[in-house]
Amino acid sequence: MEKLSFRHTTQNALAGAKAQAITGVVASGNLEVLLERALPATECTVEIETPIRGYGEVWAAVVADFVARAQPGGLRITINDGGARPDTVSLRLLQGARLMEV
Amino acid sequence: MSERIIDPATKGWAASWYEASARARIDGLLDTGSFREVIGPEQRRMSPHLPLFDLPRAFDDGMIVGSGRLDGQPVLVAAQEGRFMGGAFGEVHGAKLVGLLRAALALKPAAVLILFDTGGVRLQEANAGETAIAEVMRAITQLRAAGVPVIGLIGGRAGAYGGGGLIAATCSRLVVSEGGRISVSGPEVIETNKGAEEFDSRDRALVWRTMGGKHRRLTGGADAYADDTVAAFRQAALDLIGRAPAFDLATLEAEQARLEQRLTRFGDCRDATEIWARLGVNDPEAVPALTTADFDALLARLGETTHDAR
Repeated sequence: MEKLSFRHTTQNALAGAKAQAITGVVASGNLEVLLERALPATECTVEIETPIRGYGEVWAAVVADFVARAQPGGLRITINDGGARPDTVSLRLLQGARLMEV
Repeated sequence: MSERIIDPATKGWAASWYEASARARIDGLLDTGSFREVIGPEQRRMSPHLPLFDLPRAFDDGMIVGSGRLDGQPVLVAAQEGRFMGGAFGEVHGAKLVGLLRAALALKPAAVLILFDTGGVRLQEANAGETAIAEVMRAITQLRAAGVPVIGLIGGRAGAYGGGGLIAATCSRLVVSEGGRISVSGPEVIETNKGAEEFDSRDRALVWRTMGGKHRRLTGGADAYADDTVAAFRQAALDLIGRAPAFDLATLEAEQARLEQRLTRFGDCRDATEIWARLGVNDPEAVPALTTADFDALLARLGETTHDAR
């Protein structure tokens, strides 16, 4: 199991007040994303556990792209990966951020 | 109790029980917004065994438990996520269900609903899983003896196999859909042990007419047949709570007699269609394609598929 951890600074806090949300399932080609409003307003962490080793740079790029698009300030995001492709990861992260906003 | 956590699939996909996630099924089944999860994903009570095998874990270990309301009545509910390791019973997964059933003994809800979606015991933590199956069956009998109905809902992609099939058999009442399957040994297991001549696991029609919802309903193995929608499962669960049998000696004797009679009557049949013919179905070959309305009409005509046992 490879563990990855990313910390980003955002320009603002994510909208909404929901404390937590979860989306996705740990299955082949899928992943689950747990989001918790647990950090200072302009910080975001993403922790990942994946059985597929050696894709740290791809994860870094997908997470950086998500942070730039969603500005998920205040969120602690934890991922259990089941071998999802980058586009699925991106989709789940955006779904998760949306769940926290509504 | 954690804050209710929603799934984006809830609104769009809730139409199909089979396609919905465990969380989406719970949200659609219970009164809107009434679900309160216990030991939610944020507590990260994950499997202690899977890391040894370098396998990914799930925050809820594939088992979601909590309380809610069904048409205003207080219920406890457990749902298995069939897409995570085939909904298999591991240590944490099983312990959450055992804990819920034991809590029900103290809380005395109107019913406990178990949303099965499982291939059985998780092989990577088999001892803990097998123990959990036994503990769940014991807890269900204690609960039924205390007068709390336990309703099983079966319509997920993993069906109710292995220990899940055993647990289902101890429930007060079962709802099943076309996609749901109930059995102990799965198709591949039978084929591996007895050969493809005995049971060809790739013959989907054979699998469904041997283990599928319609066959189980026709032979009294399930008590209600529902369309593959969350709304249909909700309605069927409501109906069955009101019709749950007492768990006493008379019920158990009636169940024993029912099963003995079934074996005597159908024991020499080589295919489910032979059983259906003996039940009085005019055109057994047409059963798999019947719509729910036509199938319900057939059940009403046969009559004997409804019993007071279990």
